[in-house]
Order: sequence, then C-alpha cells, then structure tokens
Amino acid sequence: MMLTRFLFERIDRGGWVFLVLLGIAAVLVPVLNLAVPPGSMFHVSNTAVGLWGKYMTYALLAIAVDLVWGYCGILSLGHGAFFALGGYAMGMYLMLQIGPRGVYAHPTLPDFMVFLNWTELPVAWWGFSSFPYAMLMVALVPGLLAFVFGWFAFRSRVTGVYLSIITQALTYALMLAFFRNDMGFGGNNGLTDFKDILGFNIQSQTTRAVLFSLSVLALMAGYLVARAIVTSKAGKIIIAIRDAEPRTRFLGYRVENFKLFVWTVSAVMAGIAGALYVPQVGIINPSEFSPANSIEAIVWVAVGGRGTLVGAALGAGLVNFAKSWFTGAFPQGWLFALGGLFILVTLFLPKGILGTFTDWWKRRGETRKPPTASPASQPAE
Amino acid sequence: MLIDPMETQLPADPVKAIERPQVVTQSLLYLDGVSVSFDGFRAINNLSLIIAPGEMRAIIGPNGAGKTTMMDIITGKTKPDAGDVIFDGQIDLTQLDETAIANLGIGRKFQKPTVFEMHTVEVNIEMAVKADRTVFGTLFSRQSAAIGRRVDDILGIVRLGDHRNRLAGDLSHGQKQWLEIGMLLAQDPKLLLVDEPAAGMTDVETGATADLLKDIARTHSVVVVEHDMGFIRELGVKVTCLHEGSVLAEGSLDQVSADERVIEVYLGR
Repeated sequence: MMLTRFLFERIDRGGWVFLVLLGIAAVLVPVLNLAVPPGSMFHVSNTAVGLWGKYMTYALLAIAVDLVWGYCGILSLGHGAFFALGGYAMGMYLMLQIGPRGVYAHPTLPDFMVFLNWTELPVAWWGFSSFPYAMLMVALVPGLLAFVFGWFAFRSRVTGVYLSIITQALTYALMLAFFRNDMGFGGNNGLTDFKDILGFNIQSQTTRAVLFSLSVLALMAGYLVARAIVTSKAGKIIIAIRDAEPRTRFLGYRVENFKLFVWTVSAVMAGIAGALYVPQVGIINPSEFSPANSIEAIVWVAVGGRGTLVGAALGAGLVNFAKSWFTGAFPQGWLFALGGLFILVTLFLPKGILGTFTDWWKRRGETRKPPTASPASQPAE
Repeated sequence: MLIDPMETQLPADPVKAIERPQVVTQSLLYLDGVSVSFDGFRAINNLSLIIAPGEMRAIIGPNGAGKTTMMDIITGKTKPDAGDVIFDGQIDLTQLDETAIANLGIGRKFQKPTVFEMHTVEVNIEMAVKADRTVFGTLFSRQSAAIGRRVDDILGIVRLGDHRNRLAGDLSHGQKQWLEIGMLLAQDPKLLLVDEPAAGMTDVETGATADLLKDIARTHSVVVVEHDMGFIRELGVKVTCLHEGSVLAEGSLDQVSADERVIEVYLGR
C-alpha cells in the first residue's frame, strides 16, 4: 500500500502513456506471435520478438544510465560492466542447467571446464544451479561492485571526467580479466549453448515470448522505481547535486551518500537488464564489457533526452532499431552513423528527442492560450 | 579526519579541549593563530578573530586579504595548517567536514550567488529548511504543513513570495542573492557567513539587502564580507579589516577608516 503510493503517486501523463503502451506490448506481442498464424498480416515474427525483447533490456540499461547521468550528473562510461555482470550471473545458472547434455557429457561441469581439465566446480560457481541464488547474485554482484567502487570514488570526491575515466577503466579491466581462461568464466568464448531455464526449453517460441514479456515488465518496474526516486525529495537533492554540488554540501546534505545510493540502484538495474538479455541472445562473452558498449548506452540516453527516463528508453529503442537496419544495409557504416548521430544530437538537439518535443509542446500550449498576467512577467524589483 | 564520514549528526561527544578559557567558551566563533598556505603562499597568517553570540560583524579588506579563505576554513572547505577554530565555545571545527559544520548551525552564502537553477524558488527554500537530511529520510519524506509554513515565512522575509513558482535560474542577480540568503535562513543557523551580498546590486537593492541583514541580525549572529563602504555604513556594526591574511584593524567603521594603515592598503588616499 505504502509502496504502491510511493511508486505510482507522481507519474506524469507521458509516464502513463509509456507504461500503458508497454503493458499492451507485454500482452499483445506474445499473443500475436503465438496465436496468430504466420501467414496473417497481424503475425509478429519470431525474429521480431527476439529483437524487441533485446531492445527492452537495452531500454532498462538506458534508464539506469539516465538515473545517474541525467539526474545526478555522474557520466558513467562503464555501465556495460554492471549489465555484463548481471548477464554472467544468469549465464552461470543457464550453464549449470545443461547438466550432462554438454558435448563432453560431464554430469556437473560445463564443457569449457572439462576442456581445461578441471575436475571440480570453482568456488565462484557454487550455488548457481539454484535459480533463486542466481537471481540474488544478478542484483548483488553488480550492486556490491558499484557500492564499493562508489564508496571510494565519491568519498574521495572524484568527479567529472576523472570519474568517467575510472568507470571506463573498470569495465576495461573486467573485460581483460574475463578474457582469461583461468578466471573460470569461459574465457573469450564466454558462456553459451544454453538448453533450458527453470525446466523450459530456452529455444521454444513460448519461452522466448515469455522472456519478452518479462523484459517489458522489468522495464516498467525499472521506470517506476527510477521515477519514484527522482520525484521524491531525495530526487530533488540528487538534481541539486548535479547542478551545484558545493551548495548542497553547505546546506548540510551528505552528497556522497546520495550519489552512492543512486549509483548502486542504477547498477542493480543494469544487472537485471543484463540477466534478461542473456537468455534471449543465447550467449554472454567478455566483449559485453567492452568500453564501446558503455559508450553506446550513453549515446542512447543523449539521443532520447537525458533526465527524462522515458526518453532514455525511447533512445535505446530507436538507436538499436537503426543499428539493426544499418548493419543489414551498410555493415561498414554503422560506427560512422553512430558517431555522426551523437554529434548531430549534441549540436542540434541538446535536450534529445523527448526533451525537444516536450519544450515544443509547452510552447505550443503557451501560444494558444491568451497571455494572462503571470507572476513571471512582473518586472524585477 | 577523525570523524566517521558516515556520521551526519554532531558526534555524541564533541571534540573538547580540557578547560578552555572563558573568552573561548563565551564566544560563538573563536579563531586563534590560524594559518594556511597554498603552495607557499600564506593566504591566512596567524589570524585571530572573536565573534560574540548575537553579534553582527563586517569584514573588509583588499582583494587577496584572505576573506573568502577565512570563510572556507570556518565552513570546513579548507583545513588550516595551524591554529584553533572553535564554534559555540567548545566544538573544534577543524575536525569536521562541510556537511557536519552546516548541520551544527553555520550557514554560508557564496560570493557568486549559488542557487539550484533547475528547481523553483519554492523548492530551493524547501530543501534548505531544517529537516531529516538522510538519503532514506528524504526518499520517503512527505510534504508537511509545518515545512510549507516555514517556506512561506522565508519567502515573505526575502520578498520572493510572488516568484515562488519560477525557476531559480530565471531570477535576476539580486533576486538570486536574496534567494540564497533565504536558503541560509531556512537552515536556521546560529551563525550566517555572508560573502558580498550586495555585489552587482543596484543602489535600491543594496539598501533593501542592508535592511534585510539588519533584520536577520536581530535573531542570528552574522559575519558579512563586503567591499561596498556605503553598505557597511548602513549596517552600522563593528568592522574588521583584513590584510595579507591577518587582522589589520578592528573597531567602528569611523575608527577603522581613520586608521593610517587601512587607508594605505585598502581605502586609498
């Protein structure tokens, strides 16, 4: 009761439109995919379900990035690390579900461990055959890493471009570590060849449709949590920290604690997104830690509109849709297009698509109404 | 740093020196022998200053005299190399950070007006009003009538009632100065440090600001740094002139401005 009020009380009209559209998609897409015959014009193809399911997890990552960057001014160039860690936790569960069906038919060990002549499961893998434990790790591992990282970084007052560089280094270091075979996470091949999740065949179209719906629900939940945070009084302080950090400190707020809070929440959100991503694409490997991925997430948010949440999700969808189309039509041109897009948005749409649209909508409303004597038009004393 | 950085409130047992002399315990702010250097430059040099409870003090001095650095030291932004900074007769401020000092009851207005430009005037004040300042306290806090009334009061005092729903970034320079003073008041501090409140104001605004500060000084201790001698004359309080990081002269404005050395370094002949 308290929680529903906390989550739903301060959603604006745009937010409701976003939630309703997502709710419709969560129900309609699986129905149109499974129940409508492939010949019909209303049929949603299996490829589309997989693709849009992936976009939903990207959108959740974008909201996580927007929460720290758009509202708290922390430009993270390493959020892909939290996404990948969540993905690895899910991947480890899925690997242990394969059981004796692997290529080497070992009863407990995943194929790559048999290949490396390991005889028993490394400690880091203990417990991952349990789904609840794996789900706990999906949130806990990125959350804990973010907490420890943030604890030191924010306490030492590392800000701005220095912090961005450290986050970049963090994800790069993790990438190098996960590339190593002796880390025990599959080296450069990563984790793949998944068979089933909670006993359901991961390849079956029903499972894939359910995973799509779950991704949409996770995106909705992520939006609700982020929206509740940024509209609370704590959210106002977080925005204040973004705009005038010393002022906030001299008002008596512990800036580092507020930063640590949004940073950790955001990392957990990114981890959950990664965990939903892996079963849909069927693989997780160290390239998910690559700095380019994290930077791409920043571009999504910038394109959609930072500090809007809905815009971030929208940007993730649009940019990735463009990427899918582009890599099909001009495989060599995508990175140029992405770079060009970032430059264009920074120059001509500094508030992103949604921010620009909102401004235009407001101006339109003002010009239509007859001008009334508003306090804003009074002369300054 | 001896204080646990997680500690938001005043530590249960403030760092006390054994038996401080009466001059310390009866003062609100006591600076003794304070020095600080930046890369060999002595910004503050053996500075001593006593502010009594309820007092209003004006600080003048040429550029680079150490006025702003002194405020940095009092508010915990800069740690002194030597000397005592004692608040309320017993609390050693050199051991605390900005947040802890702000929560002890020292409010600070910056030289350049600093307000939260993306928030409305009302929200700016609301955030400053004394209330729970922890992450989870603010996350679940609900609008309270008491805070609303306090915001109304403050907006009335700083004459921004008509502008409450405007973005702070849209205010004029003078209005931003007042908003920041309003935020200071909302914190309900024991001591207000006000850095150049009249800078960039018109004569009318300067007069209004002097009235506002005199009003505030009836219930609070105030330290004002200012260059505008007309403004200081209007305040009519004790004046301290700083030069090269230490006190050059202290007394009424007439005494200080008659001082040969003050004329030499600051007022000019």
